[in-house]
Formats: sequence, structure tokens, C-alpha cells
Amino acid sequence: MDWHHETSGWSGLQFFGKMSASISHEIKNALATINETAGLLEDLTFLAEKGKPLDSERLKTLSGRIMKQVRRADEIVKNMNRFAHSIDDSVKSVELGEVLKLMAALSERFASMRGITLEMNPPSSPVAITTDPFFLNHLLWRCVDFAMNAAGQGKTVGLLTEETENGPRIRFTRLEGLAEAPAGTFPAQGEKDLLDALKAELRVDAEAGELVLALSRDISP
Amino acid sequence: MRVLLVDDEEELVSALAERLSIRGIKADWVTSGEDALKRIQSETYDLALLDVKLPRMSGLKLKKLLQEKNPELKFIFFTGHGSENDFKVGSAEAGAQYYLAKPVNIEVLVQKMNEVLEK
Repeated sequence: MDWHHETSGWSGLQFFGKMSASISHEIKNALATINETAGLLEDLTFLAEKGKPLDSERLKTLSGRIMKQVRRADEIVKNMNRFAHSIDDSVKSVELGEVLKLMAALSERFASMRGITLEMNPPSSPVAITTDPFFLNHLLWRCVDFAMNAAGQGKTVGLLTEETENGPRIRFTRLEGLAEAPAGTFPAQGEKDLLDALKAELRVDAEAGELVLALSRDISP
Repeated sequence: MRVLLVDDEEELVSALAERLSIRGIKADWVTSGEDALKRIQSETYDLALLDVKLPRMSGLKLKKLLQEKNPELKFIFFTGHGSENDFKVGSAEAGAQYYLAKPVNIEVLVQKMNEVLEK
């Protein structure tokens, strides 16, 4: 284990815990909705036994809702699984758009709580890099968290990956409130450690209202 | 009994309202704190069932705002969050016995509603 993993261990664990708690909350909400919808079906069946006619369209709608919530919970668990496996390899080839999409999905509930919309723009073509997947997830979360605070009145954060002549990068756009953010507070030491580990650079462009994360194509020693 | 249900999970809260109606409890529902505050301007409720983690406004903050408009209003909280800290904060506001974890058993919920209103 190198120094990056040592020094980022505790904050990485906090990040992992924060995401896991949010995921469990989301699953609870899906289960609670399934519980009430199935309960309503049971109530309607009970009323039917007492002589109240049962509307077949209503039954279809309610069973459709249950199936939708099961799909929702399944997607949450798949994302949880992908996230959990990001810790498996300290260096691995990943597709940047997929990593950003996962982080956007994991951040959705935090965004919703703050009244923020995360607008994911898929790349025109896949952007593959060899990196530390967990550190990248952690850094992306810190950027998304900061970007949500800087979204301003627009309340939207754009997320996009792109390939440039200088290498792959991720941009966090539409940060209307970036100019009001206290100067020099981001990236802080925690982000700097992750940037160092990932051989990446972060530029805060207040004029354009963007964070630009330039990544190394390969961080293998 | 007139109840206002507040949760951003629309399919959950609408189904719960209908189930309560089947049990003779008149229940309205909204999906945001802002809508709850609007609704209470024109309607009178005995009890509000609040999700603790609402978008933009916590259930605890909403409780204070609703209480300013209707000091007689009683509250039950429910939450999908399982953290001990959240439980402490929520139960300090509502009383541990009126702070329910999702998924909620509807018979337990109705019993709690009756207990709160009898207090």
C-alpha cells in the first residue's frame, strides 16, 4: 500500500460510508413504496370480498408501480455493487463516461435534497483511462459536492467527459454561483491528495462557471 | 381525523393516503414542504405525517413552520434513514414512539395517529 492509500484511507472510508448510507436510504424508499402499493392491493382485494367491484385497470396500474419500484431498487443495488467493486484494483482501465454516470447516479439523492439537477452529457465516443477507480470516484464526488454548492440560481450542474489534444478531462459546467464561492477554498488538501494520486489537475474557471478536471491517461508506475 | 401526508415519494404517499381513507381517515398528500405550507393555508388538519428528509427543507424545519401556522397540529415523523443520530434528533422532536422507520406497518401507524391525537 502506497502513501496515497495510507493518507486517503480515513476520508475514503468516510466517503464510502456517506454513499452507502445514501444508497440504503434510497432502497428503503423503494421498499416503502412497494409496501404501500402492495398493501393497497390487499386493501382493494379485501373490499372486493365485501362486495365492492374491483377495477382491473386499477390493479394493472398498481402492479405496474410495484414492478417499476423493483426495477428502481435493482438499479440502485447494481450501482451499489459497481461502487463497492471500485475498491478492488488500485489501478485499472475504466471508461470515463461510465464512471461519471455512476457518480451522478450515486449523487442523485444529495442533489435532489438540495434542489439541484445533475445534467449528464454522454461522451460522443468512449474515453478509456487507466487509473485508481476508487480515488477517481472519491475525487468526482468532492467535485460534484462543491459544484452543487456553486450551482447558483440555475440549480443545474452539467457533467461531461471529453477527449482533448492534451488528454481526457471532465468538466462540471453551468456553475453560475462559482464567482461567489470563497476564493482559494477549493481544491483543499483532501482534493489535492487525490489529484496527486491520480496525476490529475483541477482548474477552477470562475468566468466560464466551470470546474475542469484534467486526468492522466495512465497512472501505472 | 384529518391528516396531511408529506413525502417526496409520490407513489408511496398517494397509496398511503388511499389506504388511510379506506380506514376512515381523511388524508391529503403533498410531495414537498413548500406545498405543505400552501395547503395548510386553506385546510385545517389534526395531524401531519412528515418525512424527515424532504428535498430543500427538512421535515424538522417544516414541522416548525407548520406549527407557526397551526399551533394545534400534531406530528408523526417517518424516515428511510437508519442512522442513530437521525433517530436521536427526530425522536427528540416527535418522541421516540412517534418516529417511525419506513416501511411502516399501516396498523401501527393508525394506532400511533390515534395515540398522538389523544395526548
